[in-house]
Amino acid sequence: MRTQFDKQLQTLHIELIRMGSLCEQVISLCANMLLKKENLSADINAAETEINQKERDIENLCLKLLLQQQPVAKDLRIISAALKMISDLERIGDQAADIAELAPYLADCDAPGKVHIGDMARATVGMVTRSIDAFVKSDVKMAAEVMAEDDEVDQLFEKIKLELMDLIRQNGLDAKAAMDLLMAAKYFERIGDHAVNVAEWVEYSVTGVHKNDANF
Amino acid sequence: MMKNVKIKTRNLDLYYGENHALKDINIDIEEKAITALIGPSGCGKSTYLKTLNRMNDFVNGVKITGEITLDGENIYAPGVDTTLLRKKVGMVFQQPNPFPMSIYDNIAYGPRLEGIRSRLRLDEIVETSLKQAAIWDEVKDRLKKSALGLSGGQQQRLCIARALAVQPEVLLMDEPTSALDPVSTLKIEELADELKKEYTIIIVTHNMQQAARISDRTAFFLLGEVIEDGKTEQMFSVPKDKRTEDYITGRFG
Amino acid sequence: MPNSLIKKKSRIQDTVLYICIYFSAAISVLLLIGIIGYVLVKGIGSINLEFLTKATSAIDGTTGIAGNIINTLYIIVITLLIATPIGVGSAIFLNEYAKPGRFVRIVEFTTETLAGIPSIIFGLFGMVFFGNTLKLGYSILSGAFTLTLMILPLITRNTQEALKTVPNSYRSGALGIGATKWYMIRTILLPSAMPGIITGIILAVGRIVGESAALLFTAGSGYILPKTPIGYFTKIFESGGTMTIQLYLSMSKGQYSIAFGIAVVLLVIVVGINFLTKFLAKKFDTGRRD
Repeated sequence: MRTQFDKQLQTLHIELIRMGSLCEQVISLCANMLLKKENLSADINAAETEINQKERDIENLCLKLLLQQQPVAKDLRIISAALKMISDLERIGDQAADIAELAPYLADCDAPGKVHIGDMARATVGMVTRSIDAFVKSDVKMAAEVMAEDDEVDQLFEKIKLELMDLIRQNGLDAKAAMDLLMAAKYFERIGDHAVNVAEWVEYSVTGVHKNDANF
Repeated sequence: MMKNVKIKTRNLDLYYGENHALKDINIDIEEKAITALIGPSGCGKSTYLKTLNRMNDFVNGVKITGEITLDGENIYAPGVDTTLLRKKVGMVFQQPNPFPMSIYDNIAYGPRLEGIRSRLRLDEIVETSLKQAAIWDEVKDRLKKSALGLSGGQQQRLCIARALAVQPEVLLMDEPTSALDPVSTLKIEELADELKKEYTIIIVTHNMQQAARISDRTAFFLLGEVIEDGKTEQMFSVPKDKRTEDYITGRFG
Repeated sequence: MPNSLIKKKSRIQDTVLYICIYFSAAISVLLLIGIIGYVLVKGIGSINLEFLTKATSAIDGTTGIAGNIINTLYIIVITLLIATPIGVGSAIFLNEYAKPGRFVRIVEFTTETLAGIPSIIFGLFGMVFFGNTLKLGYSILSGAFTLTLMILPLITRNTQEALKTVPNSYRSGALGIGATKWYMIRTILLPSAMPGIITGIILAVGRIVGESAALLFTAGSGYILPKTPIGYFTKIFESGGTMTIQLYLSMSKGQYSIAFGIAVVLLVIVVGINFLTKFLAKKFDTGRRD
């Protein structure tokens, strides 16, 4: 029963995975731009546009499902969670674009390689991947792991802050470059927060309880 | 959790001959609220509804054990006056069933039954009941005309008015909108929402959206058992039982 | 145009069948008109005031069927007075009170069989039981009792059918607001079933008017008018032939003008009854769409 609806939900899942992998891709591109000094602005912009497009598409799909299927219970939670998640994913794309904007100013600077920014990029990519994965598999445990991992990202941010302070003190790192780099790190930290939001919606879609709204 | 319990059902079992139609039902019905009974066809929801005003008494071979209390009084106790019970617990049926008489006489049927003969008093009851059922404006100029000339939706509201005319406390509705068009359905739903200020309403419905829209509490019946009952909002967002989830999301069976 | 929807030739079979059907319909209408016309032409001459208001009497030298008309009325009224309450009552019992099962099936079967018994057998039974055993002899009462037996199934069946067509939702609607069963039957069922009941009663009247075999040996063939007012009461214990009986007797005596006269009156009554049925059924068809 509800074959058609189940098919449409499947499409929703696939679209979300695509959007998620676009986000992963754009984060990796940013990291490469910072660390490997490749000029990937065009790619990042293209990916960001695609992410925005995906957000529209998934939103339309969700509204169509709400209208046609009038979902309740878990179906309703999945669709409303998807609607919330895509705005977080879209924000991730925005943050990545912001990082890409900063990258050219750091093109001649070797500082990015000396701090933990690469680790941060890797950690956030992992969080985004897993939050989407958790959604598709309705895996609350995995979602919880994503939330736990955010602490790690926060710690990395603190570490980078200290590392930058050290670099300024020891090598006389250009104040502007230091600030840009800190901004980039902050963006990565924000990406982590969005991944946590996604994970929270995953949890809601499975359990019906949202972390920030326990008194349902 | 519940403000006031109007009807309490305890260990209710019902048999149609060999068929065990209701199995150990235990539900509380909240006063001045709408309780929706949902479940697939033949799950016992309508049967349960009919036990509440003992309409099952007319069916041959019915055996009922357990207890249903209305305001603390067991309605299956020996010596209960079933006609009095049915005045307190009115019923609206799936098919609008106005009597083949004038609109006025339809509404006055119940009051006359109680021995009210005064024209003035009857006029008053007819007007109040029709107003309560939100149909007064549509019929006030044709009270003497046959009720069968009304549209399906109007007939159903007339039937609600007829039930209200005997001043019941509880209103049972057995799929009251399943024979109606969407506009009439919405009118009945709005009416139910209005009526719950004064009456306890129990509605059987096959329309899940309707249950979600209008009810405060929902009970899910399956194969003669109550699988789950609770706040409608809760039930339709986070059902506790897998079977409830499967049923309301349409993945049953 | 080869694909045109216009029919090229009508099928011969269809046309033949059409003609046959029209022909059969025409025959039955013509038969009715023919018989009525024949009877009217032959009998209208016998009809006059005396024929309708006086009884045949050798002393007064009058020829009339007033006595028979009154006898017919007596038998109709008495039979209906007895048969209607019993018939309607038993229909209500069978339909509303008795639990469906063996008993109801047996009663229904019996009623149907009763309705199919030739009327002369009722006549035989009536003569022996009411006439001899109950010592009613040839009397209007004896005839009315016999006819009661005969039309009871008719009224019961018709009432039952009428009750069955009353939607169950009316019953549950009334019971659902606390009506007692009897109140429900009185205020909802009987009014709704009234057209059917009336139809049954009028069909019964038709049978009474047309009956001869069952009455000949029970009600007898008396045709005189009562002499005193008291006589109108005691009449029920006296022999009294209906118009149909008189028609039969006149025929056997070769008095054809009288026979045709009676036939005209009977025809008028039958047609009248038919119109009355339609009129009453409509009138009692309570609350149908206005």
